Amino acid sequence: MSAIQEVVTEAPVVEAVPKRAMTLGYGTSLAMLALLILVPLFVKNFIIFQLTMLLIYGLAVLALNILTGGSGQFSLGQSAFYAVGAYTTAILMEHGGMNYALTLPISGIICFGFGFLFGQPALRLSGVYLALATFALATAMPQLLKLGYFEYYTGGVQGLVVTKPDAPFGLPMSQDMWLYYFTLAVTIAIYIFSVNLLRSRSGRAFMAIRDNEIAASAMGIDVALYKTLAFGVSAGITGVAGGLGAIAVQFVAPDAYTITLAISLFLGMVVGGVGWLPGSIVGSAFIIFVPNIAEGISKGLSGAVFGVLLFLVIFLVPHGARQVAIVAQQLLGKLRKN
Amino acid sequence: MELFTNQILAGISTGAIYACMALAVVMIYQAIDHLNFAQGEMAMFSTFISWQLMQWGIPYWGAFVLTLVLSFAGGIAIERLLFKPLAKAPILTNVAGFIALFAIINSCAGLIWDFTIKQYPTPFGSHPFLGSQLISTHQAGMIGVTILLLIGLYFFFQFTRMGLAMRAAASLPESARLVGINTSWMIALGWGMAAAIGSIAGMLIAPVVFLEPNMMGGVLIYGFAAAVLGGLTSPFGAVIGGFLVGIFENLAGTYIPGVGNELKLPIALALIVTVLVVKPAGLFGRPIVKRV
Amino acid sequence: MTAMLNVRDLRAYYGQVQALHGLEFGLNEGSMTTLLGANGAGKTTTLRAICNMVRSTGAIEFEGASLAGRSTENIVRLGIAHVPQGRGTFTTMTVEENLQLGAITRRDKAGVVSDIERMYDHFPVLKERHTQQAGTLSGGEQQMLAVARALMLRPRLMLLDEPSFGLAPLIVRDLFKILGKINREDKVTILVVEQNAQLALELADTAYVIETGRIVMSGNAAEIANNEDVRKSYLGY
Repeated sequence: MSAIQEVVTEAPVVEAVPKRAMTLGYGTSLAMLALLILVPLFVKNFIIFQLTMLLIYGLAVLALNILTGGSGQFSLGQSAFYAVGAYTTAILMEHGGMNYALTLPISGIICFGFGFLFGQPALRLSGVYLALATFALATAMPQLLKLGYFEYYTGGVQGLVVTKPDAPFGLPMSQDMWLYYFTLAVTIAIYIFSVNLLRSRSGRAFMAIRDNEIAASAMGIDVALYKTLAFGVSAGITGVAGGLGAIAVQFVAPDAYTITLAISLFLGMVVGGVGWLPGSIVGSAFIIFVPNIAEGISKGLSGAVFGVLLFLVIFLVPHGARQVAIVAQQLLGKLRKN
Repeated sequence: MELFTNQILAGISTGAIYACMALAVVMIYQAIDHLNFAQGEMAMFSTFISWQLMQWGIPYWGAFVLTLVLSFAGGIAIERLLFKPLAKAPILTNVAGFIALFAIINSCAGLIWDFTIKQYPTPFGSHPFLGSQLISTHQAGMIGVTILLLIGLYFFFQFTRMGLAMRAAASLPESARLVGINTSWMIALGWGMAAAIGSIAGMLIAPVVFLEPNMMGGVLIYGFAAAVLGGLTSPFGAVIGGFLVGIFENLAGTYIPGVGNELKLPIALALIVTVLVVKPAGLFGRPIVKRV
Repeated sequence: MTAMLNVRDLRAYYGQVQALHGLEFGLNEGSMTTLLGANGAGKTTTLRAICNMVRSTGAIEFEGASLAGRSTENIVRLGIAHVPQGRGTFTTMTVEENLQLGAITRRDKAGVVSDIERMYDHFPVLKERHTQQAGTLSGGEQQMLAVARALMLRPRLMLLDEPSFGLAPLIVRDLFKILGKINREDKVTILVVEQNAQLALELADTAYVIETGRIVMSGNAAEIANNEDVRKSYLGY
């Protein structure tokens, strides 16, 4: 008598987003861009700093969207890549005297390599197992950063202070404002890259793998290559975000990059709409501002209020901001017809 | 060699904690096909309730049973109110729901009972068990209760009508509906049972790790790891997995240089993931054949 | 004879795609009816719509009571057993557990036990294998198990979706003989969806032919079987 095997026809964990719905239309995109360029001219430095963090976390959520929404791999470990990017930038700037802008591609490439390598053993894992593995990575990172061996470079438990750069060429703007526009430029570049990536052959390979890995493999897609590539790209973008974060916040420390960050990024992805790149910024706004709102409502119960607000969001829009955008689109379509 | 055996024994006794938690994890996995991140917090909250009952003068076993019943009801209530509406939503949205539940429960517990550590009584006493320095009577009691729970669950699933119905609903929901089973209620029941088992885990663990709102954080992760290691379809595997995780953790801490307390968790997880790469369905899980 | 099942203006949808376009038919009590048609015509969808397993609009009445708005499990509890495509066997459970599951909504323990024995009489091969895991049974045996499980409900109406699928002709003949016996002796009204039109028409007394979500032909099974034009246009032989 043979051992009974469980035959599983797996429904994809991550639902497909139709390709044409992956981004905003041209009109909306331009409007967003105009907003992003003009708003900082009218607000105080602290708000500009928050907007910069909005873009930075938006990048990190975008990276997770490529990995999970794009290639269907679940990751609770993005905080580890963010940390590596942040520390790489900090170490290069403070110990190596390198220009901040140059550190970013290096952070990106190192994290790409790191992600690519991590993707290898992750090939055999999926779903809940991959979640555990990435969770392990995220919990290990702060501890690794505190290790005595690296203390000279990492600054140990206290971390490193990072010098914020001035605007170049003597431009008449504050450090915060310059950093915001610099981050905006990087974000736009990465966003355009990501959209094109998902529309390219590689992107189609990712999505084929997400929807049905076995069928994808039968079609001749090199599943191993594309899965690790997805991890690499995602890690690389997260690393760049980490580097920018280090500069914006002006320090790096092990306890700033815990599993809480990884979970927040995950929540940002869900709230924004899994696999919907423009939603990344909505998700980022959620994870930056809603905890503050929750604390404002009740200091003692801030966690509970946050949880309740999160439930409200997922009850109303289980598919995230993408759902809101689709409804808005349909309404606009109806209005145009009338 | 003696150090090695001692560490194994010590690992088994801490492993009882993880085994108990892993049982609750497997219970809910059987019902809903997911891991519930908030389960540790639910167990913690149940334990606080039992503590509060004892503060109000109810004796230990009375509080224990009352807490069991309240936890069962609470688990069902949470599922009906918060997760039934999400039944048609994507899985990742449900996961976000678990995280939200975690935040709510943890925060409420902190507000009601604050974050100072509290002593929690054990019905088994804490003297050395049979003279051994490594296992206390309480830890032996934990292992005993976990084994009893396992046997009880086995009987429930194999020999009762409700158990059969739950297995059917978890295995093939559509076919289960076609024999008249209300699969939606089976899920609610699964939650209730998982909450009850979790409360037992919490009440056994609290004497060792001391009662405070963050007590279950690490335990839950080890519980997940143990359940996954044992094979998510096997309660027996979960218990064995729990003991193995306890042993891994202890051995890693003792024998791998440079590993202090902080790195024990990631190393244990790494070891488990390595096992999974070799045996993807866990040690005792049913091998899964994936079809297109 | 009273119509046990009455279906009027049934439209069914898979997402945005409409699969049934105003289906109408009735089943008389005690009859053995077959629903025939090509692949994709909507046969399976019809059965699924009766059990509310697919989104649909229209009126479905069973023994005078409307089925609208009832969940699948509640419809089953009214006395409608559905043997789905692919059998839906609980492969990881034993043969006997599968039979027990068929009767899980029944309160009469003694009746269940005696019914299990009757199933073993109808299908001796199941008795041989009653402690084996259902997944180890052959295709034909699993089909027998699926029918037996449905009968454990003591249904008034039994729906079967392509019971002959993937089975050798001899086994299909045996199965259909048993279905005939159940229909006559246990007074179970049967609706069989089939692609194998020839065998189904031999078994049934009434036949409906469905094409792209509509009934295009109905009548006495023997007449349809003898009508060469109908056979060639709709049934392919």
